[in-house]
Amino acid sequence: MARTVTTQRKVIVTAIAWTIAIAIFFPILWTFLTSFKTEADAIATPPKFLFFDWTTENYTTVQGRSNYFLHFWNSVIISVGSTVAALIIAIPAAWSMAFVPGKRTKDILMWMLSTKMMPAVGVLVPIYLLFRDTGLLDTRIGLVIVLTLMNLPIVVWMLYTYFKEIPGEILEAARMDGANLTREIIYVLTPMAVPGIASTLLLNIILAWNEAFWTLNLTASKSAPLTQFIASYSSPEGLFYAKLSAASMMAIAPIIVLGWFSQKQLVRGLTFGAVK
Amino acid sequence: MSSKLRGLLGACSLVALGAAAHAETITVATVNNGDMIRMQGLMADFNEKHPDIQVEWVTLEENVLRQRVTTDIATNGGQYDVLTIGNYEVPIWAAQNWLLPLEDMGADYKPEDFLAPVAAGLTVDGKLYAAPFYAESSMLMYRTDLLEKAGLTMPENPDWDFITEAAEKMTDKGAEIYGICLRGKAGWGENMAFLTSMANSEGARWFDTDWKPQFDSPEWKTTLDTYLNLMTNYGPPGASSNGFNENLALFQTGKCGMWIDATVAASFVSNPNESTVAEHVGYAPSPVRAGGDNHGNWLWSWNLAIPASSQKQDAAKAFVAWATSQEYTALVAEHEGIANVPPGTRTSLYENQEYLTAAPFAAQTLAAIEAADTQSPSDQEVPYTGGQFVSIPEFQAIGTAVGQVFSAALAGTSDADQALAAAQALTTREMSRAGYPK
Repeated sequence: MARTVTTQRKVIVTAIAWTIAIAIFFPILWTFLTSFKTEADAIATPPKFLFFDWTTENYTTVQGRSNYFLHFWNSVIISVGSTVAALIIAIPAAWSMAFVPGKRTKDILMWMLSTKMMPAVGVLVPIYLLFRDTGLLDTRIGLVIVLTLMNLPIVVWMLYTYFKEIPGEILEAARMDGANLTREIIYVLTPMAVPGIASTLLLNIILAWNEAFWTLNLTASKSAPLTQFIASYSSPEGLFYAKLSAASMMAIAPIIVLGWFSQKQLVRGLTFGAVK
Repeated sequence: MSSKLRGLLGACSLVALGAAAHAETITVATVNNGDMIRMQGLMADFNEKHPDIQVEWVTLEENVLRQRVTTDIATNGGQYDVLTIGNYEVPIWAAQNWLLPLEDMGADYKPEDFLAPVAAGLTVDGKLYAAPFYAESSMLMYRTDLLEKAGLTMPENPDWDFITEAAEKMTDKGAEIYGICLRGKAGWGENMAFLTSMANSEGARWFDTDWKPQFDSPEWKTTLDTYLNLMTNYGPPGASSNGFNENLALFQTGKCGMWIDATVAASFVSNPNESTVAEHVGYAPSPVRAGGDNHGNWLWSWNLAIPASSQKQDAAKAFVAWATSQEYTALVAEHEGIANVPPGTRTSLYENQEYLTAAPFAAQTLAAIEAADTQSPSDQEVPYTGGQFVSIPEFQAIGTAVGQVFSAALAGTSDADQALAAAQALTTREMSRAGYPK
């Protein structure tokens, strides 16, 4: 018998969902509002919510002071580049772990994840020295390499989980029909795992876009992405909240738009295999 | 086209190519503050004087910048040609041979014009290792209207007893007016900058001559008791998370009677475009202990230094010489108004009547900087230098840890005795780990 859902229950669940959604969204909304305030209004107590003199001055100032498009392109190249590179490595790796697991596959998976448990700053100096000696400091390619390595465990894990849901018999059938390994992965496995791969891709682009440790520490003026653009508007002395908010909005706008248009894919991918 | 014209064009393009080939690009790492941003807007003058040098800026928040340039200089990374660093880093980095001594800066440079206490903090073995761009000390800013209403007059050299009395009389919690606002946010450059200065004025010190921590001394007890009494009874709510900006916002919106902080605050609180109390701000020296004469003034300067790892040291030197010259001061005065020139570095600025008129806080700023004694900050003998900090590499970590203990005491999770005992224990542990006495 299907469970009946009472109106009262619906109302409560909806109210809870909205409360949580607003609580999560509020900091972004507040940043958005602050970006249109004057510096004096931005720190006013009690805070001004909607009734203040709206101004776009902060956006003009930020545009005038920083080369937004340079940082933007760096962010795009670094996040997309590192994600694509990670996928190219991770798809075959996840295939082998999911369909031809060995005795130590589980251990390898755990070991890969364990690398994420060490604070990044622990390896800052060795990586900095390697980058210095190989001329990779302040280059996009250097950041693509580091972010690829950083996100690889997560990419492999996500793809492994998705691939595990795909019946091995289908791949066997492809093999029976004469497909070699490359064809099997490209023409049979990948199309079936598209939702999973797409959500992995999107999530990793977002992670790489927001990464603020390596992108700040390994760059100077040429390859710095939007994280440095934001960091340049914070200050311990003087008023900066409105300009910082404007810079933040400009930095997160592209990724919000991407997330907005691909939310269906994201949700589908993240819940892939959860409900049969 | 005649052969002459062709020849001329060819020669022109060769010259242009030659110039392009010789143009050097230097990377300057700097902090986001008003003076530095202003300089970026005035680069046309530098480009005109040095068409062969191009400048690329990396502007970062102070703590991010500190971590970033420390990594680069410690690993000899060579990513930057000019660094903006504080007077805390300069002597430590100079001792490591990480910085280039600034000699032969040009005939018009006049390094002897730098204010003596500021230059002293940047000089190691008689050599200047960084050029001061902007400097500040600490002072007391107060609301003249509230003090008058309280029936008090600000003495020439206020002591902590007077501050307590004034704070009590100015406080009107119903009207959201708090007698005093002080830093409470934990950090070696946050609450510990203020508390170390205050401790110096009370005759306390961080370490004795054997590098033994001194938080168990009566002077530190007096310092923390006075601070907690002031802030608990007459300070704003949630003060344990207040730093410079939070207190600035409180003062500018009329919620503080008194505020002891960086002299640079004076230019903000006296600016009618930003501050609602601009007309009622008075300035006085940082308080002393009753009968004492040590104001415990801190001294902070942002300086331009050239890392020894830079491959373009001559171009970097030309930039530093331009940015910290008297001509630069005149340039800012011409384009941005004389009140906006970077304060606190050159004696000549404080002899300029136009500046003294435009900046009513200038005399007090100069007095505060000149009173700052970073070489012997406490009345007692100490083995270190530094006003609001101890100039050793370990201080950032220890200062922040002690700051957290004192911030917790302000938040009410421990009392003064517990906080001092905890500070003593953790400082003793960290210093012995670091191998002191060395």
